[in-house]
Amino acid sequence: MSARPGLRGGLRLESHKARPLQRSVQPMPAPSMAVLALDQGSGEEARVVVEPGTRVRVGTCLAVGRGAAADLHSPVSGEVRAVETRPTASGPGTCIVVASDGRDEREPGLAPLDWSALDGATLLERLAGGGLAGFGGAAFPTAGKLALARAAGVELLLLNGAECEPWICCDDALLRERASDVVLGTRVMLAACGAARATIALEDDKPEARAALEAALADAGDSRLEVVVLPAVFPLGAEGLLIAAVTGREVPPGALPPEVGVVCQNVGTAAAVARYVSEGVPALTRIVTVTGSGVRQPANLEARIGTPVAELVAACGGYDDTLPAARLIAGGSLTGRALASDAVPVTKGLNCVLVATAADLPVRAAQMPCIRCGDCAAACPVGLLPQQLHRAAQADDRAGLDRFGLADCIECGCCDYVCPSAIPLTAGFRAARRRQLIHEAERKRAAEAKTRYERHRRRLDDQADAERRAFEEARRRARSDGAGGD
Amino acid sequence: MNAATLLPAVGVAAGLAVVLGAALGWLATRLRADPDSLVERLDALLPQTQCGQCQYPGCRPYAVAIARGEADTDRCPPGGAATARALATLLGREPRPVDPRYGETRPPRVAVIDETRCIGCALCLPVCPVDAIVGAPRFVHTVIEAQCTGCELCLPPCPVDCIALRPSPGTASQPRAATASA
Repeated sequence: MSARPGLRGGLRLESHKARPLQRSVQPMPAPSMAVLALDQGSGEEARVVVEPGTRVRVGTCLAVGRGAAADLHSPVSGEVRAVETRPTASGPGTCIVVASDGRDEREPGLAPLDWSALDGATLLERLAGGGLAGFGGAAFPTAGKLALARAAGVELLLLNGAECEPWICCDDALLRERASDVVLGTRVMLAACGAARATIALEDDKPEARAALEAALADAGDSRLEVVVLPAVFPLGAEGLLIAAVTGREVPPGALPPEVGVVCQNVGTAAAVARYVSEGVPALTRIVTVTGSGVRQPANLEARIGTPVAELVAACGGYDDTLPAARLIAGGSLTGRALASDAVPVTKGLNCVLVATAADLPVRAAQMPCIRCGDCAAACPVGLLPQQLHRAAQADDRAGLDRFGLADCIECGCCDYVCPSAIPLTAGFRAARRRQLIHEAERKRAAEAKTRYERHRRRLDDQADAERRAFEEARRRARSDGAGGD
Repeated sequence: MNAATLLPAVGVAAGLAVVLGAALGWLATRLRADPDSLVERLDALLPQTQCGQCQYPGCRPYAVAIARGEADTDRCPPGGAATARALATLLGREPRPVDPRYGETRPPRVAVIDETRCIGCALCLPVCPVDAIVGAPRFVHTVIEAQCTGCELCLPPCPVDCIALRPSPGTASQPRAATASA
């Protein structure tokens, strides 16, 4: 339980977490119309298994997970109204719209899980049915991640309670109020992934959360679990950096944490796992921080997945109209993305809605040329040279982008923050990464087309050869027949 | 100056000529630009649509022609300016834009067969350079969208004009093999 150093670069930022933490987590009523994005934040869409008109109950499976998408369950009882394109936190996406009947009838099959009696593989299978996904933001299916870890034989389960973004405090609120859920969920996940021990990591600016967590650990009396307190440096909550800070091991480029014997899960995910095993309720709610000076009463809300952001803001007293125009951001001030409207629904990966006024986030100054000061390289927590990447990105120099490690950029925004020329570096890297993906896909397609073309040519040549041979054979035979006939 | 003093100088010069000539001859065979590898490298830069707009029967034949110096680097409309630039850079030449005589550069498209009108004549099957059309005589044909390069070679043989080109579902803003996992 010692504070360990271990982050190069990074930023020490002023915290803005006090206001929402003044109140306890506020439960939100069910929305009258739940909008469930098929892409809950992982970038992949689940496969719809209902159609307009289907009657659903709380916990009915609406879409089946595949790849990086987990199962999606109905958070309300009622009727599916539509499956259509709507604005979501990651741009327009297909959504299932469920109209609530207000009765909140539960799916009859949902029952608590006697997890301690199950072996790891069976437990993983049962967890997969709970729609559990990374509540830290990536929304990757929890069961899938644990299964990978189990296959790789990891040694450590790392619980990520490091909430380094200056505005987000949903995990802090969760740990203060429901530390015992986090501990239970951690024990369940330990059993599922087969790791020997679990470490719950949080920062030194969360003394209340730490005290609650230590009390819950003492109650549980499980010696495999420990708490590690780290300095509050942004972006320590990024998976790879947290692993490095806690274990001293670096995840190699292009590899996943199980490679170094670690699997990482968010504390919010642990609480959702606990809820699933103890009550049988799949992942239907999450805690969202609604904050910023553009909202009247910032708070942490426990909202159902699919609740429109506008209702969250209304539950926090609405927008503060007395202040100049506010911006709506999903996620934190450094790594978040702008929201096009407040009609977007809560997803499993949405941890914070920031209603930022000009006082919260100063408007970016006009962009100036890079003066090669190197401040960005000093701030980069993964040891890249953002100025070199920036040059390569501007020139669309693909080889250069690879050489300077674009693939290792975690898009934390530290370089943007320190850049004296106000260059939107991270946005440029995101765009460059997207272009690299497109080039890569095109290259692969071209290679496939080439193989197919070569096979096609060979087949045509073979056919022509066979025809010519058959023709010559026939002619020879005709000639010898003719000679014999004379 | 007599022959005796001239002889060593002539001998040294002749010897040098023989040795250097042999070395140059050996180096010429040893370090010769491998035409096959140049063709490979040119071919790797081409978009592999196999459309024949360059007046060669496919991307590789065009690469061969460029390597032999028979064709310039400005004949590939599907590849557009980027491909023309890459080809010229590889050859150490001044980049030239694509010559509009060979066609215009367009966003990627794929062929779609109107299955209500297809008569199952099988004429489009052999002309598809990448075997992306599935079908048999007297059965409706269909295009495997993921493998179609949009080369348009199936359009002329179709007797009922039931093939049309549509914008590719994986256009520039969205790669077809969308793998956005972190």
